Amino acid sequence: MSLAGLEYTTIKEISGPLLFVESVRGVGYGELARIKTPSGEERRGQVLEIGGGVAVVQVFEGTTGLDVGKTRVRFTGETVKLPVSNDMLGRIFDGSGRPIDGGPRIIPDDYLDVNGNPINPFAREYPREFIQTGISTIDGMNTLVRGQKLPLFSASGLPHNAVAAQIARQAKVVGSDEPFTTIFAAMGITADELRYFRDDFEKQGAFDHVTMFVNLADDPAIERILTPRLALTAAEYFAIKQGNHVLVILTDMTNYAESLREISAAREEVPGRRGYPGYMYTDLATIYERAGRLHGTKGSITQMPILTMPGDDKTHPVPDLTGYITEGQLMVDRSLHRKGIYPPIDPAPSLSRLMKEGIGKGKTREDHREVSDQLYYAFAEGRSFRDLVAVVGEEALSARDKLYLQFADEFERKFINQGLYENRDIDTTLDLGWNLLSVLPETELKRIDPATIKKWLPKNRGKNN
Amino acid sequence: MSSFKPGKIERVAGPVIVAGDMLGAQMYEVVRVGDQGLIGEIIKIEQDRATVQVYEETAGIRPGEKVERSGKPLSVELGPGITGQIYDGIQRPLTILFEKTGPFVRRGLTLPPIDKGKKWHFVPTTKSHATVTAGDIIGHVKETSLITQQIMIPQNLSGKITSIVNEGDYTVGEPVGELDSPGGPVPLFMLNTWPVRTARGFKRKLPSNTPLLTGQRIIDFFFPIAKGGTATIPGAFGTGKTMAQQQLAKWADASVIVYVGCGERGNEMAEVLETFPKLVDPRSGEPIMNRTVLIANTSNMPIAAREASVYTGITIAEYYRDMGYDVALMADSTSRWAEAMREISGRLEEMPGEEGYPAYLASKLAEFYERSGRVEVLGSDTRVGSISIVGAVSPPGGDFSEPVTQNTLRIAKVFWSLDTDLAARRHFPAINWLTSYSLYTDILDDWYRKEIGPEWTMMRKEAMNLLQRDDELREIVMLVGPDALSESQRVILETARMIKEDFLMQAAYNPSDTYCDKIKIDLMIKLILDYHKIMQKAVDENIPLQKILDLPVKIEIDRMRLTAADNFPSFAERIEEELNKEFKSIGGK
Repeated sequence: MSLAGLEYTTIKEISGPLLFVESVRGVGYGELARIKTPSGEERRGQVLEIGGGVAVVQVFEGTTGLDVGKTRVRFTGETVKLPVSNDMLGRIFDGSGRPIDGGPRIIPDDYLDVNGNPINPFAREYPREFIQTGISTIDGMNTLVRGQKLPLFSASGLPHNAVAAQIARQAKVVGSDEPFTTIFAAMGITADELRYFRDDFEKQGAFDHVTMFVNLADDPAIERILTPRLALTAAEYFAIKQGNHVLVILTDMTNYAESLREISAAREEVPGRRGYPGYMYTDLATIYERAGRLHGTKGSITQMPILTMPGDDKTHPVPDLTGYITEGQLMVDRSLHRKGIYPPIDPAPSLSRLMKEGIGKGKTREDHREVSDQLYYAFAEGRSFRDLVAVVGEEALSARDKLYLQFADEFERKFINQGLYENRDIDTTLDLGWNLLSVLPETELKRIDPATIKKWLPKNRGKNN
Repeated sequence: MSSFKPGKIERVAGPVIVAGDMLGAQMYEVVRVGDQGLIGEIIKIEQDRATVQVYEETAGIRPGEKVERSGKPLSVELGPGITGQIYDGIQRPLTILFEKTGPFVRRGLTLPPIDKGKKWHFVPTTKSHATVTAGDIIGHVKETSLITQQIMIPQNLSGKITSIVNEGDYTVGEPVGELDSPGGPVPLFMLNTWPVRTARGFKRKLPSNTPLLTGQRIIDFFFPIAKGGTATIPGAFGTGKTMAQQQLAKWADASVIVYVGCGERGNEMAEVLETFPKLVDPRSGEPIMNRTVLIANTSNMPIAAREASVYTGITIAEYYRDMGYDVALMADSTSRWAEAMREISGRLEEMPGEEGYPAYLASKLAEFYERSGRVEVLGSDTRVGSISIVGAVSPPGGDFSEPVTQNTLRIAKVFWSLDTDLAARRHFPAINWLTSYSLYTDILDDWYRKEIGPEWTMMRKEAMNLLQRDDELREIVMLVGPDALSESQRVILETARMIKEDFLMQAAYNPSDTYCDKIKIDLMIKLILDYHKIMQKAVDENIPLQKILDLPVKIEIDRMRLTAADNFPSFAERIEEELNKEFKSIGGK
């Protein structure tokens, strides 16, 4: 478009993160704008609305220092694009995609639209390859598969970063030594948290498989709208163009949602629940749905978003809407954490929707589903007696109920609990489950087929083999 | 191409654009927006300015670009070739879209929903000179192994057939006959179009008095839905809405299934697309895809098309109903549909109602659910068809007091209430037996009495009564401990546990358990209630309850759901005998 080069100085209004530019012509919706501040610094923005000659521009780096009069805006005629190349591995970028590690600029292989395009559901391949994370509560009871989006629902003060780092460290597909390419997007986290991840990646010598996009707590809030999209665009490049298996960690999605709310408020939109915009579901979906596998391509994108639930409330709009889009959730639980159990992932409210196809004979082990179901049942049953014991005392329980109570305690201490660097393979996890279940009478193992019990129950093992 | 003067874009805000110079445009007319020709629909007119919701991503669209009118409202194509297809929200075939543009959905493409080149074997069933009215059948086409499409006189036509082709192979675009209508001669095609926002006509509504059997025990036994009925299934995330909807789509005894995936997960749609073609209908032995139409508009696909997807689905359902089929439509999830309405309404700057939803939310929901029903369809012969609607609702925070759930409950007659606690215990389907209801149980009793036996209703009442008592007793236990219960009260707890764990729980992944026919349901609950009677008898005869619970036959009852339906009657007979024998062996009379 010939009008793309024009520079406008016709800013009418600046409100929060938004600029209102008047008398513009030939500007498209969603277009990238380059803004020159009076001090000569360049910032970037995106057109949110266009009409009546006025363009509404959201400025990613914030509007501090902008004025009416000297600030100049140029519309580029293009949507926001990310230069991508294989050299992005081992590099660190800011939340807008500029290198901040002191390294050279990326010589791009391609420029990709950061908003991506929706995947045709018909083109998707259903994810069914088991990822072993080495963490029993995940592998045994909420199995992760390649191409899944499985968030960590956490809250302040809980060790979600340690869990995420452990997953990134240990994740592998059994029988394949291809490493995951890890894309890490930080939105509004602290420098300490970032250092934790960075050190962890470096310590294992894995940093050359990692690309980081970093927007810290003191970086402009509006940039956070862009950061996860950059990360996913890079992920799509590595997965689809390069055929890599990519693990994307997005932290913290609650901060992202807050930036979304800020823009919505500045535009004076009708607010939805707790002031978040009514379109937040759709907006989050455009991020989370960029995971999966495609027919005819080798790579995959597995997403692990992390979010902190304000007030530990899982009905808060951010976890709530996330749960409706993602394929399950891993719930980091405060009471387990208080008991000193690591990783404090409570299996009961956690869920992996894609588990059923990722486990079983030829993938994990034939007894996996049944063991998992039985562990769920027994743990829920045992826990339900804890409240009762608090009221009426342990003596009032029947012998059966006491066994379950004991099971629940053992389960927490031996199955859920494991070391920060303890990497349990799937056999170890399942055998551990069997050992715990064997304190219960065989007649209680209703979720397990008698033939499976005969083959796998520890006391029967020697006999059959 | 288009004979209308194009308008000009004035404003772009997300999926909504405003165009000027649009004098003469009609509400809900389809337009092509911008140089790329994106598909949109007019949703508001102010003098010569029209507001358009665009069914595709609008990035890059500029003011000044053209808007072309089509003169027609948003319509679907109806004819042979729909069944087994997978469409997006505005009936674009996703399979062909994939071949044309690869794994990502590109913009501005129009694709024919129905293959225009394929020949279908048309068998005429009417003759020249026959007088026909709207809905009369002029011939039929075998569409799939399960569906025979009746080719009908379009709903706005009647008159005298002047010609009809011989039996043979024709494409949907070739005329198969000609009609002399009051407005002049009209060629008749196998393919017709219908505007999605207008309900198709019928003669009259009939009472819904036959159950839509789903093979799911808690539904068929406690909370049945009738053919032509409406049900809603609300639940927080992770409670199994989609699983339940998919189970219904797989096993419900409807002739045609329309499954609308509205704003949900892409991988789940992928699962449906992968598994359905492999699944076999238990009644006909044919692949269930041969009776299924899928409409997929996942959460990251354009929001306006999500709004339209529900209408596209129900119009296709009506088309098959008009042939005389029993159709079941699953909409997953109507909350996403309502949210799409809310977003569009917000962009129009309409005055919001409750929680930002537009004030017309309730009437839109009601209009949609009212397109269900068992009806006598148009045509001079008497044909009966039905549409049953099952709508999932995704209430924010699992809070059922929100507007979409509440407005749906006012219309839908069956409420399957999904429960977070049950889901956390992996009790699936996680339908709460105390809060759910079905307003069809009384109407359907006659059918059950005739088809299965008089005991069905009695057993349902007895089992429900036990579950109610169990709930009360559990509260007492929580206060004063289990010791406070008498033996006969403990019997109730034990029986209720069996009903819950051995009967209501159903494993969707277990081939013997995923579908449960009515005979097996009847025998299963009978075994549990007989066991209950034995326990009561034991208490009367002062035999310790624990002895009954330790009977070897109990383990078999606990696992009975895994016994295949074919073997079940003989299995049940054997268990009954053993139960009595074992009871006697511990001193029972």
